[in-house]
Amino acid sequence: MSRLAGRFAELRAAGRAALVPFVTAGDPTPDVTRRLLPRLVEAGADIIELGVPFSDPMADGPVIQRAGERALAAGMTLSGVLDLARGFRANDRSTGLVLMGYLNPIVAMGHARFAAAAAAAGIDGVIVVDMPPEEGEPLLAPLREHGIDPVFLLSPTTSVERMRRIAQEASGFLYYVSLKGITGAGHLDAASVAEALARVRGVSALPVGVGFGIADADTARRIASVADAVVVGSAIVRRVEQALDDPERIPDRVGGFVADLRSAVDAAKRGAPDAAERAEPGSAKR
Amino acid sequence: MSDSIELSNRPAVLGGAWPDAAGRFGEFGGRYVAETLMGPIEELAAAYERFSSDPEFQAEFRAELRDFVGRPSPLYHARRLSETVGGAQLWLKREDLNHTGAHKVNNTVGQALLATRMGKTRIIAETGAGQHGVATATVAARLGLECVVYMGEEDVHRQAPNVYRMRLLGAEVRTVTSGTRTLKDALNEAMRDWVTNVDDTYYIIGTVAGPHPYPRMVRDFNSVIGREARAQILERTGRLPDAVVACVGGGSNAIGAFHAFLDDPDVELHGVEAAGDGLESGRHAAPLSVGRPGVLHGNRTYLMQDADGQIEGTHSVSAGLDYPGVGPEHAWLKDIGRAVYTSATDSETLAAFERLTRIEGIIPALESSHALAHAEKLASARSRTGIVIVNLSGRGDKDIPTVAALQGIEDLPG
Repeated sequence: MSRLAGRFAELRAAGRAALVPFVTAGDPTPDVTRRLLPRLVEAGADIIELGVPFSDPMADGPVIQRAGERALAAGMTLSGVLDLARGFRANDRSTGLVLMGYLNPIVAMGHARFAAAAAAAGIDGVIVVDMPPEEGEPLLAPLREHGIDPVFLLSPTTSVERMRRIAQEASGFLYYVSLKGITGAGHLDAASVAEALARVRGVSALPVGVGFGIADADTARRIASVADAVVVGSAIVRRVEQALDDPERIPDRVGGFVADLRSAVDAAKRGAPDAAERAEPGSAKR
Repeated sequence: MSDSIELSNRPAVLGGAWPDAAGRFGEFGGRYVAETLMGPIEELAAAYERFSSDPEFQAEFRAELRDFVGRPSPLYHARRLSETVGGAQLWLKREDLNHTGAHKVNNTVGQALLATRMGKTRIIAETGAGQHGVATATVAARLGLECVVYMGEEDVHRQAPNVYRMRLLGAEVRTVTSGTRTLKDALNEAMRDWVTNVDDTYYIIGTVAGPHPYPRMVRDFNSVIGREARAQILERTGRLPDAVVACVGGGSNAIGAFHAFLDDPDVELHGVEAAGDGLESGRHAAPLSVGRPGVLHGNRTYLMQDADGQIEGTHSVSAGLDYPGVGPEHAWLKDIGRAVYTSATDSETLAAFERLTRIEGIIPALESSHALAHAEKLASARSRTGIVIVNLSGRGDKDIPTVAALQGIEDLPG
C-alpha cells in the first residue's frame, strides 16, 4: 500500500478528513521552505503539496504566480525541489508528499529520470496540471514503475464519462477542483461541491480531495464534512507573502494558520449523507 | 477562386490528414491543458468539425472574406526591388492590404463566426504586436460581441497605436504585468480568463499554437493565403514559384502561405524566425533555430527554454514575433524536412523594411520585414528567371513609432 493510501485508510478509520496544505517550494527561498515543511506537519498536515515553480503557470492565480516568481528568482529548480523533499523525508517517514506543477520541467529532466529521482527523494504522488490522461502515457508508466501515485484533477466541467476514464489512470486520491477558474479564485459553493463529489464517488472508490478556493477555516470545515481531503493553497501562500519583510516569521505564521485549519477540519460533522452513502469495500463506517 | 476558402484538412497532404484525431503532427501538437479546459476544448473541436464542413458556414465565411476583409489580396510583382536585389523575381502576397492591415483577420473572421454559432457572447484574445487584437476587436464590433484583449505591458508601450485602435473599436485592453510582460504572458492570462468564464466566453487564439484544435483551425482559416497565391502565380507566370518565404513567430501567416504548396515538392518553403541581436547573443526569438522540444500553451513543440525547462524571455524588434514557442505543425515540417527555418536579425530586418518602403512605396510590418530580408538573400543567389513569393503578412503603420525611435526621432507629431 502506498503511503498516500495508508494515510487515507488511517484517517478513514479515525473518521477524519485529511488536511493538505500547499506551499510553493523555494518561496521566498529554499531555506524558508526547508524550515516550513516540518512546521506544517506539527500544525496538522497529513499530506503536503509541494508546488514546483514554473515560468508560465497558466492555471494559477496571482498569489501562486508571484510565489513561483519569487522561488525562481531564488534559484529554485525541479532538482532543487527534489532536494528539499529528500531533506524533509529523512526526518519524516509518514507524511504524504505530493508534487504539483507543470509538465515542461519534467520533460526537460526526462520522464524516466524524473520518476526515479522523485521516488528516491520520497515523493508519494505527482500532479501535473497541464497533463490530462490522454497525454499522460510517457510519464505514467515510469511513475507507476517507481510506485508514485499519479493524482489527477477533476473539475466542474468534467463529464461523468471523463471522470471514469481519469479515475482509471489515477491512484492515491482524486483532486476535485471546486470551481471553474484558477487557484485562489472566488468563493466556492459547498452544496454544489457535495453534489459533484457524489458523482465522483459513483465512478471511483479513491479518496477525493477538494481544493481551489478554500480560503478560510470555516470553508475548510464545510468542505471537510463532505470530502476526504481539504487542500488549501493560495490562502497559505498569501500568508507567506504577507511575512516577506521578516522571512524568519514565515514558519510560525503559516504554522498558526494551518493549525486553525486543522481544528476546523476536525470540527466538521463527518458522515453527512453524501459520505455515508458511499459504498466501498473494506472502508470503515464513519 | 470559388474553392479558395474551403476549410478542413482534406484533401490529405503529405500522405495523410494532419493533424491526426489527437491533434498530433508527428510527435508535436496534442492537447496539454488543465482539466477545466478539456470539456470546453472538446466542445470546440466538435463544433469546428461540424461547422467547417457545413456549406452554409463556408458560404458565410467566404462572403465575409470577400466583402469585409477584401479578398482575394493581390500578388504583386516587386519589379524594382527585384532589380535592386539582382536575382530572382520577388512577388509579394499582399496580406497587408486586408482590412485591419494583416493576415490575422482571416482567422478572427472565421473563429468569430464559429463563436456566434456556438452561442458565445464574449470574445477574448491575446495579442503581441496588436494586429491580432485589432483583428479580434474588429470582428467583435462587426458581430456585436463583448471583447477583452490581453496584452503584455511592454507591448502596450511599443504598439501604442494598436492599443488605441482596439479601444476605439470598443474592446477592453487589459495590460498584463506578470512574467516577461509580453505575448506569452498575455496568452497565459487569456487562458486564465477562459478557464474562469468558460460558459459564455470564446477564446480566439491568434496563432497556430495552443491545444488542438487551434493549430488546425487557425491554419485552415489562413490557408486561403497560399491557395490564392498558388493560383495567382500560375495565372501570371504559368508556373509554380521556386520558393515561398514567410516570417514565423507562432507561425500563422507562414502556415497559411505554405499549406497549398506542401505537395509541390519543387517549391521550397522557408520560415524566417526573429534572430533579434543575433542567435549567438541569446537575445532573440528563434525556437526552431536554437530551441528544443517541450510543452507550453497546450502543445508540444520547439521552445526557448533553460536546462530546467523554464521558458526563456525573448527579444525581437517586432512584438509579433516575440514568442518563445512556435506552432506544432512548423516543428513537424522542420523535422520531416519539408520546410526550412532560418532567421533574420533586427538590423537585417530594418534594412529590408527601409528598402521596400523606398523602392516599392510599401511600408511593411517589421514582422514581415524578416521574411523580406531572407527572401532578398534567396533571390540574389538565383537567376533572373527564378520566382520567390514573400508573404507580406502585414503593413508597417503600427511600427512607425518603433522605427522612428530606432532612428533617433523622438518627437513624432501626433
